[in-house]
Amino acid sequence: MNFETTIGLEVHVEMKTNSKAFSPAPVKYGSAPNTNTNVVDWGYPGALPTVNKRVIEFGMRAALALHCTVTRDMIFNRKNYFYPDNPKAYQITQSDTPIGRHGWLEIEVDGKKKKVGIEEMHVEEDAGKNTHNPDGYSYVDLNRQGTPLIEIVSKPEISSAEEAYAYLVKLRQVIQFTGISDVKMEEGSMRADVNVSVRPIGADKLGIRTEMKNLNSFEHVRKGAHYESKRQQRVLMAGGKVQQETRRFDEASGETILMRVKEGASDYRYFPEPDLPPVHISDEWLEEVRQSLPEMPENRRARYVNDWGLPEYDAGVLTQTKEMSDFFEAAVAQGADPKLAANWLMGEVNAYLNAKQIDLPETALTPVNLATMIKLIENETISSKIAKKVFKEIITNGSEPKAWVESKGLVQLSDPAVLQPIIDQVLDGNQKSIDDFKNGKDRAIGFLVGQIMKQTHGKANPKVVNKLLIASLKAR
Amino acid sequence: MDYFKQDLASLHDLLVKKEVSVTDLVKETLTTIKERDQKLAAFLTLNEQAALDQAAKLDQQGIDPANILAGIPLAIKDNIVTKNLRTTAASKILENFQPIYDATVMEKLAAQQAVTIGKTNLDEFAMGGSTENSAFQITKNAWDQTKVPGGSSGGSAAAVAGGEVLAALGSDTGGSIRQPAAFNGIVGVKPTYGRVSRYGLIAFASSLDQIGPFTRNVKDNALLLNAISGLDPHDSTSSNQKVPDFAAGLDGNIKNMKIAVPKEYLGEGIAEPVKAAIKQAISTFEKLGATVDEVSLPHSKYGVPVYYIIASSEASSNLQRFDGIRYGYRAQDVKNLEDVYVKSRSEAFGDEVKRRIMLGTFSLSAGTYDAFFKKAAQVRTLICQDFAKVFADYDLILGPTAPTTAFGIGEDIDDPITMYMNDILTIPVNLAGLPGMSLPAGFADGLPIGLQLIANRFAENTMYRAGYAFEQATDFHKEIPAIGGQN
Repeated sequence: MNFETTIGLEVHVEMKTNSKAFSPAPVKYGSAPNTNTNVVDWGYPGALPTVNKRVIEFGMRAALALHCTVTRDMIFNRKNYFYPDNPKAYQITQSDTPIGRHGWLEIEVDGKKKKVGIEEMHVEEDAGKNTHNPDGYSYVDLNRQGTPLIEIVSKPEISSAEEAYAYLVKLRQVIQFTGISDVKMEEGSMRADVNVSVRPIGADKLGIRTEMKNLNSFEHVRKGAHYESKRQQRVLMAGGKVQQETRRFDEASGETILMRVKEGASDYRYFPEPDLPPVHISDEWLEEVRQSLPEMPENRRARYVNDWGLPEYDAGVLTQTKEMSDFFEAAVAQGADPKLAANWLMGEVNAYLNAKQIDLPETALTPVNLATMIKLIENETISSKIAKKVFKEIITNGSEPKAWVESKGLVQLSDPAVLQPIIDQVLDGNQKSIDDFKNGKDRAIGFLVGQIMKQTHGKANPKVVNKLLIASLKAR
Repeated sequence: MDYFKQDLASLHDLLVKKEVSVTDLVKETLTTIKERDQKLAAFLTLNEQAALDQAAKLDQQGIDPANILAGIPLAIKDNIVTKNLRTTAASKILENFQPIYDATVMEKLAAQQAVTIGKTNLDEFAMGGSTENSAFQITKNAWDQTKVPGGSSGGSAAAVAGGEVLAALGSDTGGSIRQPAAFNGIVGVKPTYGRVSRYGLIAFASSLDQIGPFTRNVKDNALLLNAISGLDPHDSTSSNQKVPDFAAGLDGNIKNMKIAVPKEYLGEGIAEPVKAAIKQAISTFEKLGATVDEVSLPHSKYGVPVYYIIASSEASSNLQRFDGIRYGYRAQDVKNLEDVYVKSRSEAFGDEVKRRIMLGTFSLSAGTYDAFFKKAAQVRTLICQDFAKVFADYDLILGPTAPTTAFGIGEDIDDPITMYMNDILTIPVNLAGLPGMSLPAGFADGLPIGLQLIANRFAENTMYRAGYAFEQATDFHKEIPAIGGQN
């Protein structure tokens, strides 16, 4: 029997607002426990939530970027459950009126494009964190309590682990472009719940699904979904039944392990949050947010290919993050050749970022300096060898390339009147190389160029040197 | 200080002219409270030292003539959080709870230099209509100590009616200010929902709760409401409606005011003396030049079930935070987390609170939500529409505050349904978010009868003007309970 796999993803993205969703406490990662909290976050008697307008705005950004219909009149709901990391014993969420509905995301796997539907997206607050210590006590840190989240629920339209992976990569990219989140998996600012089911090909009903919660690595999602699909197929082939259950992805074995079987749905007693009035999104507000959204990566990619003639691959790499893409466009706007700018960003710049483990904005490099440097190379003011020195200087110290090159005397020597005497001098001292050349040993040229470069401290223009050298050799 | 001989303006005058020092006033007030509370049991906590310290400071500074509340001792219902002053909500679960912040109303009162003299008793978490559901003590009616003071703000009402303080704050979710005001023969106002910030009010039912003032006369009440009203950025349900001077325009002139009397408010279950007093009040208003017509609020009969579903549902969620983890009572001898929750809450919540948590939890459950909570929310809309129709044609609605005068302590406690019926006249006002006032309108067997005035949303001014005119035309507010005469 042949099976098809159906995967649905529920992705939580932490918004990088300054303050929490429903309290003025700061949103910060890595602070001492319970320092970024106040009476609202503690569920203190009498304390009330207030809506951070920025959270609604960020929700709108995500909804628009994912082609959702934005809900214009929203309420909040309470989801009730007891747990120490949930101090009010309810989470404020949107079960009745999610901020966005009916969107889609286009993915590409093995050259095939596919639109994956987005069922809905809603804003809600995160819970705190419980730590179970070996000393026998459990500790509660409420710093994360109230951090705004957006939960994006896909339709069950993903049909393979590879598609799930591609969906997450694309989703992260789009969210990154909206500027609402750092989408850093390692800091938990993006996590996914993965629902997997299989059914015989052609069956009209979806199979029983299992769920893996809170995966914070795309690779784990891919492996987990793949394993789970195969496991369910084995169960069915053996005549068994898939149980509705929550499973855990085990990193070491690459397998999924049963955590708990769902015994009916939990009753969270959702009801409208009476402490928060409904939120209305006016035409003006929606338009303002729409206007403020940057151009999304797929559009930029197409433009780079069509307008600037970049290869698809380059366009893809340059649009992975908004920072890179913005930088690239700014450099081109400053007069840099698009292909040369792309080469530098994809090559030297990325290598530098990887080596230092930092992001582009954390360097001293500016688009105008990169463009200037590229122009210096193009008009042969500096050699590509010197360019590496210049690059190191402008990405580390932010110096203006032209001025720096001049002050360091690194301007390329291209004037034959200056170079010819040096060439003559080198030839005079290397009769053996001249003989080698005459006997057809071309590598003698390389040696002679090296000598000339040494004499000029690397500043000689190799093109001019080559031309003059060969002419001189032939003349001897 | 004999509070029965003063109002806010006269006492303020004495303080400004230094005929009485704030220190002496506070000392005398504390003495009176200690003496009368042996009978009334109105206070749970006295703010003795802090009040004396504040008094000394105010005496040094002098009283600002522009600050009508400066130096005036006030009693605060104990479900309003007060920084560094024990706040219990009359529950064992918060028995030793010291808040680290002040409710917005407390900040406003502090800004006007009012003196918090102490915290008053209530039904646990404001759930009840007799103040018998307190985990700590049973407050007595100021007029007859064998009777209940009403509830849930029974402590604040008894403290004002018994002359322990001139004014107090209570909270009203389904009548918890108006009914005890009626039972104690004083003026109590539940403002429009959103008029007063709920920030720092320990939530019972968020969509219904509202803080309001108790005083012995209408003008004082308006002055105290002036002090606590207004938009609060901490409470998203507080209103940005302009706050007028509620004490302005109290001139006794209510000519051509149009008053509606719902026939449902004078029907079955209303005691004869109460009916008689209300009929007398109607003729008083007519004599003052108002027109009074009978109207109908056809959905008011559903008010009680709708209220108990909505209020209990919200309460079941609001009270989940009392879980023994971060503050308040925690059970000992627990084996695991669930034990902490179950035992702490079982041991520290009273029966009435548990009853409502269970009712609310049931009403919100997946299988019953549509038939209970959702249906109740829909009927609530119909109740609101009933009122809207009446207010399209009328300025005020008039009726009794409670179907009877104060009942005996212990009399009805075993019959929750009877207790609940006591709410029928006040509940629809909360469901519709309207302002309501109770003021003295007569006596039966030495116990006060309350007249209720209901105005349209944010039309408290109309209510105060009518209340003031009625008060000036009658003498009920001048009566003093025996406990006050002993001084």
